[in-house]
Amino acid sequence: MTDAAHTLEVRNLKTHFFTKAGVAKAVDGVSFTVGKGEVMGLVGESGSGKSVTGFSIIGLVDPPGEVVSGEVLYNGKNLVGLPDEEMRDLRGNRIAMIFQDPMMTLNPVLRVDTQMVETIKAHDSSVSETEAIQRCRDALGQVGIPAPEERLKSYPHQFSGGMRQRVAIAIALLNKPDLIIADEPTTALDVTIQGQILYEAQKLCSETGTSMIWITHDLAVVAGLADKICVMYGGRIVEQGEISEVLDHPVHPYTRGLLGSVPGHGTRGKRLFQIPGMAPSLLNLPQGCAFQARCPRADEACNIEPEISSPVAGREIRCCHPHLDPSEEVTA
Amino acid sequence: MSEQMTQTAPPADVQPLAKVQTPLQRFASDYFENKIAAGALFVLIGIIFIAIFAPLISPQDPYDLSSVSVLDSKMPPGSQHFDGWTFYLGTDGAGRDLLSAIFYGLRISLGVGIVSGVIALVIGAAIGMIAAYFGSWVDTLIMRIVDIQLSFPTILVALILLALLGKGVDKIIIALVIVQWAYYARTVRASALVERGKEYIEAATCLALPQKRIMFRHMFPNCLPPLIVVATLQTASAISLEATLSFLGVGLPVSEPSLGLLISNGFDYMLSGRFWISFFPGIALLITIVSINLVGDQLRDVLNPRLQK
Amino acid sequence: MTVFIIRRILQSVVVLFVMSFLVFSSVNLVGDPVEMMVSDEADQAERDRVIKSMGLDKPWYTQYGLFVVNAFKGDLGNSFVYGEPALQIIVARMPATFELALVSLFMSVVIGIPLGVWAGLFPDKISSKIVMSGSILGFSLPTFWVGLMMIMVFAVMLGWLPSTGRGDTVEILGIDVSFLSADGLSHLFLPALNLALFNTSLVIRLTRAGVREAVHQDYIKFARAKGLSNTRVIMVHLMKNIMIPVVTVLGLEFGGLIAFSVVTETVFAWPGMGKLIIDSIQSLDRPIIVAYLMIIVFVFVIINLVVDVLYSILDPRVRLQDVSS
Repeated sequence: MTDAAHTLEVRNLKTHFFTKAGVAKAVDGVSFTVGKGEVMGLVGESGSGKSVTGFSIIGLVDPPGEVVSGEVLYNGKNLVGLPDEEMRDLRGNRIAMIFQDPMMTLNPVLRVDTQMVETIKAHDSSVSETEAIQRCRDALGQVGIPAPEERLKSYPHQFSGGMRQRVAIAIALLNKPDLIIADEPTTALDVTIQGQILYEAQKLCSETGTSMIWITHDLAVVAGLADKICVMYGGRIVEQGEISEVLDHPVHPYTRGLLGSVPGHGTRGKRLFQIPGMAPSLLNLPQGCAFQARCPRADEACNIEPEISSPVAGREIRCCHPHLDPSEEVTA
Repeated sequence: MSEQMTQTAPPADVQPLAKVQTPLQRFASDYFENKIAAGALFVLIGIIFIAIFAPLISPQDPYDLSSVSVLDSKMPPGSQHFDGWTFYLGTDGAGRDLLSAIFYGLRISLGVGIVSGVIALVIGAAIGMIAAYFGSWVDTLIMRIVDIQLSFPTILVALILLALLGKGVDKIIIALVIVQWAYYARTVRASALVERGKEYIEAATCLALPQKRIMFRHMFPNCLPPLIVVATLQTASAISLEATLSFLGVGLPVSEPSLGLLISNGFDYMLSGRFWISFFPGIALLITIVSINLVGDQLRDVLNPRLQK
Repeated sequence: MTVFIIRRILQSVVVLFVMSFLVFSSVNLVGDPVEMMVSDEADQAERDRVIKSMGLDKPWYTQYGLFVVNAFKGDLGNSFVYGEPALQIIVARMPATFELALVSLFMSVVIGIPLGVWAGLFPDKISSKIVMSGSILGFSLPTFWVGLMMIMVFAVMLGWLPSTGRGDTVEILGIDVSFLSADGLSHLFLPALNLALFNTSLVIRLTRAGVREAVHQDYIKFARAKGLSNTRVIMVHLMKNIMIPVVTVLGLEFGGLIAFSVVTETVFAWPGMGKLIIDSIQSLDRPIIVAYLMIIVFVFVIINLVVDVLYSILDPRVRLQDVSS
């Protein structure tokens, strides 16, 4: 169903890594949409393929990985297979990305203003130096960095971790993109800084109408921030839907497990719940449902890969034994 | 271009299938993956063989004056000896068969290079271990000396030493040892420091084992891999240095002609077009050094834990 | 920044004194110091005279003091062979050696860095593998032999270039340089190339290693995510990062070039310091040897100082850290 109102539509995306040890199916049939001004949370543990999804969208998957099939439709245009020149036009301009570790994403030997101005000039060489600096100053102010004049002339190592990440966000915003992909941007930061950045990110998106994909392993982060959520496991999306609905009434056993393992008042004094077992290696995904080894509800039916189904309105899952009883408590 | 530019590691969970092999087998199979390095190893073994058995396989003993005649001198490659066999590589200024001279020269070049390397290794490794094990001022003092020595170019240190010591095989070996020990010391100290921090050393210390035993039986074997690599590369460099010094006239005396001296002898005949006298010994030297370097390079790649997947 | 420079200068002065002491003691400990200063034919009366005039009958600290004082005055003894002050003789030949070393350095940078960057960016291409094999050959080949072969091929067989000596010189600022004349250049080319051989291989390998490491870093990926052109990513982001270690090594290698010129100068009969020291070792002209050592130590200390300062200019992390401390 094509809908040109969606900023981004991903259809059955598959990105595989062809290594000496075998083929790692990092992204194996992922589909979702992100509307204008919408914030989508992409949640999963390490090795679930969420970061690779982000890189696949922006076209930065390096060998031995490659996008083998599927479509990434940006405003209706397929990005997969787009020539490099055209992709470069979009990157940093209409689609921007923020990485996880701000320490190493900014080039340590170049000044902040150099790194910001070049983003502007790469996409519009007619901009004058003064105008570019002005825009940089405004962007820094927008992300809450005090004394932007001074900061522009500094080097990355003179900033704290939180400030560096704000600079990275400012850079992402410089050309007023339609979509920002944020790959675990707050994982490396203190909880308090994390909170600030989340708040500001949310504010920015609602003010500017920018869509965002927020990739994280932390449910708490998306809970306050996102409009919709996609839960990834073993390279596939196992559940997606509107945020409050998924969090209140999770249908897939994995989602239930994730929510159940978050400690809270109710679990005080009791043994903390853990999903048994470990995430599978992407080289050796089991036949059928990827989660069956750890699922309390698994049986032989799970040996056939479950199709995407929609048992509840507005929700999509991949599961043979979904929790459909809405009154069921979210416990182990 | 962007696709070709970089290669990134696959995501966190990728685990290669487990193989069941002894460490030696794994080492050998890793080593022989590189065909060029494998070839170099065989060439090197061949060269060592020639060096050891030179008297048996040379057509002529170039230092036996009775078999050499000045009438044969400066003959180009392929010419005939009056006894009927061929001077495959020609003869030098004194009438010696160049092929035989090269075989004998290889003996000396390799011999001096390896002997000085071994001595430097033993001394350097011991000093490096001591520095790492005792730490504090001992370490600082030793490393200061090592740093100062290493900051000066080897050729200069060797030249000055030989100017002070004079000529002779033993003096060359002493000079080469003094030039090389610091490098070994630094390498061994670096890996010994890493080992020292590991728990098995702490355990051995708690058991009150004597220090010497801890150092040599426990720490040292684990410092071997980088040491092997350095030893290989340093030997090549020592052979090259000795050749250079002999060429300059401050190296081995005429009675022990290494390849460097052969080349130096041929220098005078070059301008008159008799290039082979310098050319072939140079090729022999080149093949030796290149093979050692190729082997050392591959050893370094194979033994480097960081590059192992 | 100035604090840093001053501190390094003080350190260098200390090193100079330590080294001068080492040179002094080694000259006086190894062998008879009188032998060092007097030619072999002198008789006993001459030796006694020298002993007295050199103050060898005085305690060692006085001797060392005299040595240092004389050194400051620029007097490091007179050469046996030339009869003139050793220092002057060496200094007269410095421009030739420095010229050779500088041109070599220039060649190794101009050839080595582009090749190294190429090999680092496209390690699987055949051209890269050829470059890397070439670099192994480059540092395995004994320099003197390559020099001989160069003379053989280019001078004797082909007759394109002169085989030995230095060409016509032009004087600038009181120093004779030969690269400004065509004849000078033709004489300079082969020896400089020969000397550059080892260094070029080193530069290629270093640059390649630096590029391979830097290319995986997050900031390169981020730069591409910003949509920057590949040219900019390589020339600005990549290069600035790998330049730091490369420049440091190059600076230190310059000292090595000056030292190694002894070989090239001998092969090509280039009239520099290197050839002088070899001849002096052969002829046992000890004052020259001592003076040469002292000058080399001095040059090395200066080079180390300059490299340290350069490093702090290039790497903002080092420079700005120092300011705060």
